[in-house]
Amino acid sequence: MVVCEMETDHQNEEMDVENLSSMWPEHVGGAQPHNQFNVEKPAGDSDTLKEVDIAEKRTMADLKRLPELMNTTDQGSSQLTNLVKQWEYMQDHAVRLLREELKILTKQREEAEAKELKIIEEHNFETEEPENVPVLDESSDLLRRFKEKKRDALVGRKRIEIDEEFDTVAYWKQKALSMEKMLEASTERERRLIEKLEESLKTMESHSAPVEELTQNLKRAEGFLHFILQNAPIVMGHQDKDLRYLFIYNKFPTLREHDILGKTDVEIFHGGGVKESEDFKREVLEKGKASKREITFETDLFGSKTFLIYVEPVYNKAREKIGINYMGMEVTDQVIKREKMAKLREDNAVRKAMESELTKTIHITEETMRAKQMLATMSHEIRSPLSGVVGMAEILSTTKLDKEQRQLLNVMISSGDLVLQLINDILDLSKVESGNVFRFLILLCGHVSRFLCCCFLGVMKLEATKFRPREVVKHVLQTAAASLKKDLTLEGNIADEVPILVVGDVLRIRQILTNLISNAIKFTHQGKVGIKLKVIPEPSFASDNALNADAEEQNGLAETSVWIRCDVYDTGIGIPENALPCLFKKYMQASADHARKYGGTGLGLAICKQLVELMGGQLTVTSTVNLGSTFTFILPYKVATSNDHSDDQDEFSDMVDHQPEPDDTTEGYFQFKPLLGSIYSNGGPVVGNNFLPHKVMLTSPLKLINGFVDNTGQSEAVQVENGGYMDEARNETRSGHCPESAHQYENGNGQCPSKESESCSSSQASSEMESELTVSSPREDVKTENEVKETSKQPKILLVEDNKINIMVAKSMMKQLGYTFDIANNGVEAINAVKCSCYDLVLMDVCMPVLDGLKATRLIRSYEESGNWDAAVEAGVDIKTLEDKQMCMRSTNRLPIIAMTANTLAESSEECYANGMDSFISKPVTLQKLKECLQQYLH
Amino acid sequence: MLGFGVDRLQADINRLLTSLFHQGVLDEQFLQLQQLQDETSPTFVYDVINIYFDESEKLLRSLRLLLMDREFSDYKKIGLHLNQLVGSSSSIGARRVRNVCVAFRSASELNNRPGCLRGLEIVEHEYHYLKNMMHELFQLEQQRLLAAGVRYPM
Repeated sequence: MVVCEMETDHQNEEMDVENLSSMWPEHVGGAQPHNQFNVEKPAGDSDTLKEVDIAEKRTMADLKRLPELMNTTDQGSSQLTNLVKQWEYMQDHAVRLLREELKILTKQREEAEAKELKIIEEHNFETEEPENVPVLDESSDLLRRFKEKKRDALVGRKRIEIDEEFDTVAYWKQKALSMEKMLEASTERERRLIEKLEESLKTMESHSAPVEELTQNLKRAEGFLHFILQNAPIVMGHQDKDLRYLFIYNKFPTLREHDILGKTDVEIFHGGGVKESEDFKREVLEKGKASKREITFETDLFGSKTFLIYVEPVYNKAREKIGINYMGMEVTDQVIKREKMAKLREDNAVRKAMESELTKTIHITEETMRAKQMLATMSHEIRSPLSGVVGMAEILSTTKLDKEQRQLLNVMISSGDLVLQLINDILDLSKVESGNVFRFLILLCGHVSRFLCCCFLGVMKLEATKFRPREVVKHVLQTAAASLKKDLTLEGNIADEVPILVVGDVLRIRQILTNLISNAIKFTHQGKVGIKLKVIPEPSFASDNALNADAEEQNGLAETSVWIRCDVYDTGIGIPENALPCLFKKYMQASADHARKYGGTGLGLAICKQLVELMGGQLTVTSTVNLGSTFTFILPYKVATSNDHSDDQDEFSDMVDHQPEPDDTTEGYFQFKPLLGSIYSNGGPVVGNNFLPHKVMLTSPLKLINGFVDNTGQSEAVQVENGGYMDEARNETRSGHCPESAHQYENGNGQCPSKESESCSSSQASSEMESELTVSSPREDVKTENEVKETSKQPKILLVEDNKINIMVAKSMMKQLGYTFDIANNGVEAINAVKCSCYDLVLMDVCMPVLDGLKATRLIRSYEESGNWDAAVEAGVDIKTLEDKQMCMRSTNRLPIIAMTANTLAESSEECYANGMDSFISKPVTLQKLKECLQQYLH
Repeated sequence: MLGFGVDRLQADINRLLTSLFHQGVLDEQFLQLQQLQDETSPTFVYDVINIYFDESEKLLRSLRLLLMDREFSDYKKIGLHLNQLVGSSSSIGARRVRNVCVAFRSASELNNRPGCLRGLEIVEHEYHYLKNMMHELFQLEQQRLLAAGVRYPM
């Protein structure tokens, strides 16, 4: 700015000067130009000086700011450029001033010369003026005019007045005097001019002062830079556009100037990083944008060092790239430190991660421990009281109850059973420990839901049990109705073709149904909720479900399979279509709004789906908003016929047979109203009999014999056909043992009967354990068929066996077959026993302590042959009561001895025969084998 | 629906037994035992198994003592013990215990001490597993009996 102003000012001045010089001819000879010059020049001079002074001050300021300016190289360099420009300008200015001075001087000299000429002319004119005049009379008009003018201009005001008469002595004298004065004046002027010139020269000198100052400043700046950079590990340089060094500053030069200048990096160094830096520089040059980079050099010259390199492009005035400035700082140590830091940080992070991992593991372990602890606690804290509740409920069910009470109780028992079963499932540690502790934990801690056991899906085995679908449906509905708090109708509709008895995992199926029903009820406010069962043809997806088929095959159920479709429908709020996809996801409800309104974990449907799929079926849903939803699941079942008693199922079937079979096994339709319907419906008090399932079509209505119908006096009470329960109720009433049992339980000590029965069974057990040799039937009146048959002739049997267990088993088998026997614990005892009494059969264990079965048999055979026990005595058998020898006369018949072998190498059948045994039973002894054997040898 | 509890428990028992059979812990001999149980001896299986455990416990303890003795050489005694164990195990149908006992016994016949030690460990493991399972079974059985018993007070 300042420079600019200065320039314009100067231009103005220059113009003025030029104007002056152009005007010069018009004012020749006058003092005016001189005066003008004198007036003008100092003014211009001082002006210029002022400008310079300002520039000077700025420079000073710049100097102070230099360090910070140096930080930003652009500014620094531009400042320097300014300084240089200013200096250049000053030089120019000085030169111009000098030129002007010269001009003025030249002018003055010319003036002086002209004056001199005039004087001479005048002189001449004075002397030969007359001749001169005629000569120049006509032609020298211009000249004359010029002369006039000149005279006017130069000496006009000092016109020499000569009073004396022309060409007299006095005249000439006077003229000489005036001439002399003029000469003096001229000389005086000349002197003044010389003075002026000297003065100008002085001014010139003073003009050069700012330049000096600038030079000094520059020197100081340079010194300052040197001072700063003296020990800095910095390399600076300038390279042209071919990247050849034109300038380099290096505090610790290892190369001489001519090694570097005019060469490129690649030419100077070799090794790692050189190429990179070269490329980097080139890149900067191409892009025209300054940038920094860290480059590690690996050169022979200075080893491995890392430099932070700053490169900026350099432009000339025409904005053409002419090269780059390059500055490098050695940061090797910093890089090493930084790398160390990074490594440390990394290590730290790794350690922290490990730590958190460990903590997690510890946490998990603790959780696991806690889970186990919890399981143990639950086992005691929940299972026992719950079994108490269920047990008591079951006891209660044996007392005299009216039909409704019985129904309620049944629901209670079965629900209790369900809970107990679910808890048992959870508590089965072996299942938990097979790898699902965590899933279990999460669910257990987060959601104590009734479907907890589903977290074991992975380890759960599906069970195949026989069940009646109608019963299950009815029961589910009944349970739901029991807790129903809305005016809803629950209905069950089972198609006729659905088998009475099917095989499947009833627990899971019930779970699914319960879940779906409770879901349906939750989202239904009026209308009905129901279950519909019907048989469908095998769906397409089932054919590739080979796994399922295998699983069923394994269970040994070769019955025909049937696919049953189960619809759980409601007239509820429905599900919007966009919510359907995520319906079966865990913890999802159709919307957050619903979740707030209806509660729940959102786990139920996911579990249902999983369960259904686990059983090889499919769970689908159709829904219309505000009209209702239908959840449909199709599952394969095996059809079980009621009289199908496989060996494995014997007990179970027996058990089932023991149960009073309700008539409703074939019932196809149930309907339930809420138990507390009266509260929610606007009708009057309704006696709760509408809770009971009732047939819409009644064929043979039965009057309830027990209390409540009569008591309530409601003759219009729905007549219930429910044979099974009815029968039992009647039986109980008729047999009249109910009062007795009722009395028994009336004392308020509910625990009593169970305790009694428990202690009873245990004492029984212990007594039986102790009395090994006596087979006594605790109940005299119960005798097996065989026993009755065999009482007439009881054969004597001796069992030689050292193993208590085997004895017990054999004893029990014998008992079932209707025999009793004596026991010998080893060969010696056997011999003694044989000696003392007559046996019809000996069952001899082969492998026994003291004397094994083979030897004992041999000795017995030798006695049979020889009639004495010498061989036995020889063998070291301590024969007792020798004196009783005659007491027991052996029959001539050979005593049948049957070996009991474990079929090992040492106990081969050949050996048995070789040692005189008649037959053998391979261990373990089964009832069948024993029976066959006994039949063979005792008849 | 009466007797659902019994039903349930019976299903549980069957389930447990099935899994035990699948695992080979038990074999059909156990069913024999169950068949032997009738109303005249309603706790027969329980009693037999109890005795089995008592006896086996003694035998195992004895076996361990024998094997722990550094200067022992009475492989014969071990064999006898194992015979007992094999016999009773096969009688109650404890197949897996029996099988590992047989292996143990063959090791003892070869006077193979490390084999014996390993055998003992396996036998003990199997034995305890069986015991746990039986315990579970009897608990269920007991509950079933309770449920069945109270339903039909005779």
